[in-house]
Amino acid sequence: MKKFISLTLVALIALVAFSGCGSKGGTVSTDGSTSMENVIGALKEAFEKENSGVTVTYNPTGSGTGITAVLEGRCDIGLSSRSLKEEEKAEGLTETTLALDGIAIIVNPSNPVSDLSLENIAKIYKGEITNWKDVGGNDGEIVLIGREAGSGTRDGFESITDTEDECKYRQELTSTGDVITTVSGNPNAIGYASLASVKDTVKVLSVDGVSPSEATVQDGSYKVQRPFVLVTKTGAELSETAQSFMDYITSSEVSDIISAAGAVPVK
Amino acid sequence: MKNKKKVLETVIHGIFLILGLITVGCVLLISVYLVVSGIPAIREIGIIDFLFGKEWSSTSSDPEYGILPFILTSIYGTAGAILLGVPIGFLSAVYLAKIAPPKLKAVIGAAVSLLAGIPSVVYGLVGMLVLVPGIRMLFGIPDGASLLAAIVVLAVMILPSVIKVSMTALEAVPKEYEDASLALGATPVETYFRVSVPAAKSGIAAAVVLGIGRAIGEAMAVMMVSGNVANMPSIFQSVRFLTTAVASEMSYSSGLQRQALFSIALVLFLFILLINATLNFFLKRSKEK
Repeated sequence: MKKFISLTLVALIALVAFSGCGSKGGTVSTDGSTSMENVIGALKEAFEKENSGVTVTYNPTGSGTGITAVLEGRCDIGLSSRSLKEEEKAEGLTETTLALDGIAIIVNPSNPVSDLSLENIAKIYKGEITNWKDVGGNDGEIVLIGREAGSGTRDGFESITDTEDECKYRQELTSTGDVITTVSGNPNAIGYASLASVKDTVKVLSVDGVSPSEATVQDGSYKVQRPFVLVTKTGAELSETAQSFMDYITSSEVSDIISAAGAVPVK
Repeated sequence: MKNKKKVLETVIHGIFLILGLITVGCVLLISVYLVVSGIPAIREIGIIDFLFGKEWSSTSSDPEYGILPFILTSIYGTAGAILLGVPIGFLSAVYLAKIAPPKLKAVIGAAVSLLAGIPSVVYGLVGMLVLVPGIRMLFGIPDGASLLAAIVVLAVMILPSVIKVSMTALEAVPKEYEDASLALGATPVETYFRVSVPAAKSGIAAAVVLGIGRAIGEAMAVMMVSGNVANMPSIFQSVRFLTTAVASEMSYSSGLQRQALFSIALVLFLFILLINATLNFFLKRSKEK
């Protein structure tokens, strides 16, 4: 019986403690794109440091799910790594561009090819060019690595290269990390991944002679890029905490944090 | 006093009943949910097109939802894993149960238990970093992520259950059978394969069915080594299993695509029910004997 009483007490104390922290600070819930994890993580950390007691939650579900979550009111701010479609805007959603992200075209470090034209990338992914020697590399069958259907990176890549539904993938992997690991392990592989998460284990190609960097993404000369957008309901007012988070992350003072997280700030 | 005891008994019985019903409730909830959310897409796509369609392109502008490649891949993959894993597992079990000296048996037994405890994502990771490049180099193909890689990983994963269950069955064979056989002049090996194994055969069959169940339900490890492209299965091709079809697209899916994923899960569920029924059949027969 004594045990029971002490347990109840512990539970009560915990309850009071948690509810206390909730009412003082407030929470901001974000939901959506997995590609934005680094950026949102860094912004969340900085915001929480400046406003003690405030919690920012991030639910990495994917752009599509994030957009739906805002529409259904399940989160404050939706995160999408593509621009909203016209029909989504018509449903009452507004987009605010937070940052830009270059999609890097990656190959194995042992591959002598270092530049491809956008057109050739499209041809490679459509299966019209199947051997590296046709684009100036060694004799070897090109192994196409991509992301699963519905991924924001895949959607971004395919719409930029105009290869929607036509890619002849050899592997469809479910995360950026898997793509990088696979490309680094196969001398004839080519893949795409968010510029923010590319590591030294793979070689990043330049596209039409422009290599991806913060500057070339910002001025638009590097073509394979997409926006990171914040999705909110048109006209609906955010909670006070959510609004201050929104103001904070779209202000110019966070651009250092955004570039440190690997994305490119808009201004 | 007696009355009080009786009340206490009843109360405790009641609590146990509720705890038991929680499990039943979970099973019912999941089954009902799966059926309810799996049926609409099948009706919309058409059962024939769904089960026997060869094309899966769920996000294209003109989507196709045919899961025949996934069904065949799951069947081939499981069959391959059984062909590769069962002989190894079965012979290890015979060795461990009958021949191995006790010390060695303890060491190997511990290793087998450890193998059973390794999380599937670790199998997948090792497969991805070692097995896939290995297959690529060994067979001189452009990429190693293939049905073969998945079969090898699954074969290793089913080993512990096959070994453990067959071992238990073999150890349960009455010693008198073996003694009689030995006394009649049969060699030990003859005794194991002519007497012990036939006497334990329904237990061994149960081990095989358990292995099939484990192999067909595995998602994580397979997803990391099989390439996940919805091709018709072929040994060196990138393939997608029923489980990975659900797992790889679920997080981003919406609308009919999501409903179709539930339908795939329903098909998988029916497969596994069938396997469980078979397992029960074998277990029952071994008990009746």
